[in-house]
Amino acid sequence: MDLKLKIWRQKNQNTKGKFVTYPVSNISKDSSFLEMMDVLNESLIAKDEEPIAFDHDCREGICGCCSLYINGRPHGPDEKITVCQLHMRKFKDGETVVIEPWRARPFPVIKDLIVDRTAFDKIITEGGYISVNTGNAADASVIPISKEDADLSFDAAACIGCGACVAACKNASAMLFVSAKISQFALLPQGRIEAKQRVDSMISKMDELGFGSCTNTGACEAECPKGITLTNIARLNREFIKAKVG
Amino acid sequence: MANFFTSSIGKKLMMALAGLFLSIFLLVHLGLNSLLVIFDSTDKFNIAAHFMGTNILIKIFEVVLFGGFLLHIIYGIIVQIYNWIARPVSYKVSNNAQSSFFSKYMIHTAAIIFAFLVIHLSDFYFKAKFFGGVEEISIHGKEMHNLGALVIAKFQMSGFVIFYVLSILFLGFHLLHGFQSAFQTLGLNHKTYTPIIYGAGIIFSIIVVVGYSLIPILIYFIR
Repeated sequence: MDLKLKIWRQKNQNTKGKFVTYPVSNISKDSSFLEMMDVLNESLIAKDEEPIAFDHDCREGICGCCSLYINGRPHGPDEKITVCQLHMRKFKDGETVVIEPWRARPFPVIKDLIVDRTAFDKIITEGGYISVNTGNAADASVIPISKEDADLSFDAAACIGCGACVAACKNASAMLFVSAKISQFALLPQGRIEAKQRVDSMISKMDELGFGSCTNTGACEAECPKGITLTNIARLNREFIKAKVG
Repeated sequence: MANFFTSSIGKKLMMALAGLFLSIFLLVHLGLNSLLVIFDSTDKFNIAAHFMGTNILIKIFEVVLFGGFLLHIIYGIIVQIYNWIARPVSYKVSNNAQSSFFSKYMIHTAAIIFAFLVIHLSDFYFKAKFFGGVEEISIHGKEMHNLGALVIAKFQMSGFVIFYVLSILFLGFHLLHGFQSAFQTLGLNHKTYTPIIYGAGIIFSIIVVVGYSLIPILIYFIR
């Protein structure tokens, strides 16, 4: 299949970027979107042009690196996938595809389609962990946990920190990400010990970094490749109220 | 340490509480308005309006009500400004069909409602309280403003009725997202009850729009 790609090119953080159009041809409809990008880059290198910088690592949907905003949607036109899991058969022959980086003040563009997501790491550093003295790992069955809570906690822990929620949100809010990171601990007894301090510090950092606030539009939930739900944001709100009022 | 009143969640919580409080006020106001169409005479409405304007408890509550309005409006503007700042460069193509429709236009519907509120207050409330020029009437030997006559006179103008009904329609759009959103912000999300809250929000919005629109329309055509 043949496509016309409109891709954001930006030399570095300090320069202004612009869209550049690249035609690509003979793309297999069974190839992944990133493989299509590889084909384009090979052709650019052959022509002695600068290849397009884009983030990618595992290419099996678990690392959260591939951060492309394709035709107005993070990770492109499919549900619950990352870009590496997006196939070219989702596009029509001859289609124009617009590829942009995530857009948010706390995610500055480093080069072309790569953004700096250190902001997420900074939020995690503020309390996205539990403090346990070292020693032998305790037997998993020592502390009984209900099946329902264990499942919900696991669902929240499925968050890969890709930032699609921030990219999709009209307010560039990181609430879905933070709510997943809070929920995975809030539901477990081990996480309750530092629960108040955790939510307080992580929200404080989230605000300081300049993410927007949640207006419950649900765009994040719709675009999350791991199916993290808005119920986690409600839990985060409850945790915050408990920390501040309780 | 996140300060409750300046943190993003704290601001939203204050907005949610104020918003729900204002929603209750909408029902009270609608109940009073309905006196104008339930009874042929405007006396009942005038007596109720006089009570609302003079009773000491209601007067204290009035301050709380204006506080609620101010809180909701000021926090709303602050939150919106921060949200705009959070995305300095917008997307070339944005397909946000994935999110609920009215949630995307809360600040726009809010601006229309605010403009309506200012006009509405200066037409009736401020006129009776400060501007003067409202006729007096004696009911059961008590002197009071004839607000009923003022309202009926206003709703004889077709332009005013259209403006009023359209404004209420935008209030309905605002409530359609705002009502259920407030519960989510308060952390009230539940497998069974959230769909009920969604339904209640839709019913509430319809009651407000139909109720508030029907009164000027009825007055225009019947009186």
